[in-house]
Amino acid sequence: MDIYLLEAIINGILLGGVLALLALGLNLIFGVIDVVWIAYADIVMCGMYVIYFLFAEYGVPLPIACLVAIVAMAAFGVLVHLLIIAPVLNSPPINQLLATGGLLFFLQSFATLLFGTDFRNIGVRLPIIEVATLYISFSRLIAFAIGLVGAIALYLFLKRTYIGTAIRAIAQDREIVGLMGVDQRRIYLVTSAIGGALAGLAACLLALQYDVHPFIGNTFGPVIFMICVLGGLGNMIGGFIASFIISQIIAIGGYYSNIELSYVLAFTFFIVLMFFRPRGILAR
Amino acid sequence: MSFSRISMLAGLAILVALPTVVPPYFLHLLIQILLWAFIYTAWALMGRFGFVSFGHGAFMGVGAYVPALLWSYYDVTPWVGIPVGIALSILLAVIIGYPCFRLRVVGHYFALVTLALSQVVLLSLTAARDITGGSLGFTPRAVGHSWYALQFPEKSYFYVIALILWLIGLYVWQRVDRGISREALEAISEDEDAAAAVGINVLREKLRVTIISAALTALGGAIYGQYFMYLNPETVSGIAVSLQIVFAVIAGGVYSLLGPTVGSLLTLSLTEGLRVWFGTNFIGAANTIYGILLILCIIFMPQGIVGALQGLRLRRSRTKMAPAE
Repeated sequence: MDIYLLEAIINGILLGGVLALLALGLNLIFGVIDVVWIAYADIVMCGMYVIYFLFAEYGVPLPIACLVAIVAMAAFGVLVHLLIIAPVLNSPPINQLLATGGLLFFLQSFATLLFGTDFRNIGVRLPIIEVATLYISFSRLIAFAIGLVGAIALYLFLKRTYIGTAIRAIAQDREIVGLMGVDQRRIYLVTSAIGGALAGLAACLLALQYDVHPFIGNTFGPVIFMICVLGGLGNMIGGFIASFIISQIIAIGGYYSNIELSYVLAFTFFIVLMFFRPRGILAR
Repeated sequence: MSFSRISMLAGLAILVALPTVVPPYFLHLLIQILLWAFIYTAWALMGRFGFVSFGHGAFMGVGAYVPALLWSYYDVTPWVGIPVGIALSILLAVIIGYPCFRLRVVGHYFALVTLALSQVVLLSLTAARDITGGSLGFTPRAVGHSWYALQFPEKSYFYVIALILWLIGLYVWQRVDRGISREALEAISEDEDAAAAVGINVLREKLRVTIISAALTALGGAIYGQYFMYLNPETVSGIAVSLQIVFAVIAGGVYSLLGPTVGSLLTLSLTEGLRVWFGTNFIGAANTIYGILLILCIIFMPQGIVGALQGLRLRRSRTKMAPAE
């Protein structure tokens, strides 16, 4: 097999890890609260700015900066829920989509206003590992590993803890859960916090690989929605699988043509698949 | 002649006479307001029935790029190029719309499929950088004043064109609003199964309004290109354009004839006002305020400014009538 193709495939798998993490957060929120946060990738952007400023400007050690970013984004998630989602919880779904669309506008423009459109890099250069003539970026490897750990941790949290069980119960039937003595509002807040924290974690991983700028959310946002819908909105395992399918299409397509066309391919694949499996790849 | 008709004609007369009195800068603003109002009205044709498309950037992009490319590379006059662009947009709308409506892709899913469509167009335009100039943008070949090339350095020509387009948009909106289709489409947006059960051809009704909307949007995109003489994938097909369309219409009012126009007037005055006020140091200030306004609009008045005003008037006339009952 062509060595560069193999490299593209491996890079695709590594990219899939981060996308899976993002899709997980979005899916969790959708499954539980039944709202699509169209500004989810822009929350990641905010997290990346937090890391950039703490680490590159104020010299805070990277792990602490990451931790702060995760906590800050969790708090931000709660704030988004309280200020924007809660008031429109009973509106038509499309209004909820538009309200978070407003958030997207706001975050991107506010970031432009505050930080300008410069591309900023945190300036950490991790080594490139050479494995049997294959070059693998260490930062991507870390991102993949942490993404996977995050996914497993979330899975265990949902399966093993009381509140995790309550979250899964709400996703299944939001009417009955209230009768079982679960406080929905509290669950919503916890879910939003977890969703925000996952965005913060993704921000840590992405900050190692990409420059941060106000519109970086546009690069990932649409892809993450495609992944979630492909996997079946709210279906976490489906989303997990879909992130690797999409990342492979992007990576292999990029190898044969160029990066834009590989995204075109991924979006076209998404549109076509929506017609055959409108409820996601795992739908029965 | 009724009072409303007289005031309408008077308003129209003022609009027609405007280019002779206002300075070029304001004329430039007016052209933009009318052009966007036209595109917003086209979007509202679908949006008011709950088919929220995030993909109108795709139709606008095709409508703008096709005539510009045909003219610059093959000397094809825009009089042919624009219809070709519109035809391609309609084709695109059918390719996406038919399976979507057939297979009942609605709500979130429809919005996301159309979002994917606009991304496909955006990225294709960027990827074909040898022809389109990619993200650096594309400048159509300029020839000065020419009816054949549909290029006019004088703004008043485009003002009249934009005014006519806008009136066409309002006319189409009115036709749909008064036609039988409206009842059918409203029934569909309430409950597809019930609508189908009473004999409404759901697929055909939806497809028709989508095609009209896409065609008008492409026409708007084409004139936008002819006027500005500069195209950029992000500014005609970007996610921001699609969202801007949705926002302006929602802010103005999706259920009323002049709602989209008010949305256009509002957003452009806001952008320009803030630009003049703050200068260029504060890029993003306008959109920051847009974002906040959009969220507030959705939460507090989902029927938009015009809708809210009408609701207010309705309530007032009801309270006035109350003693007589």
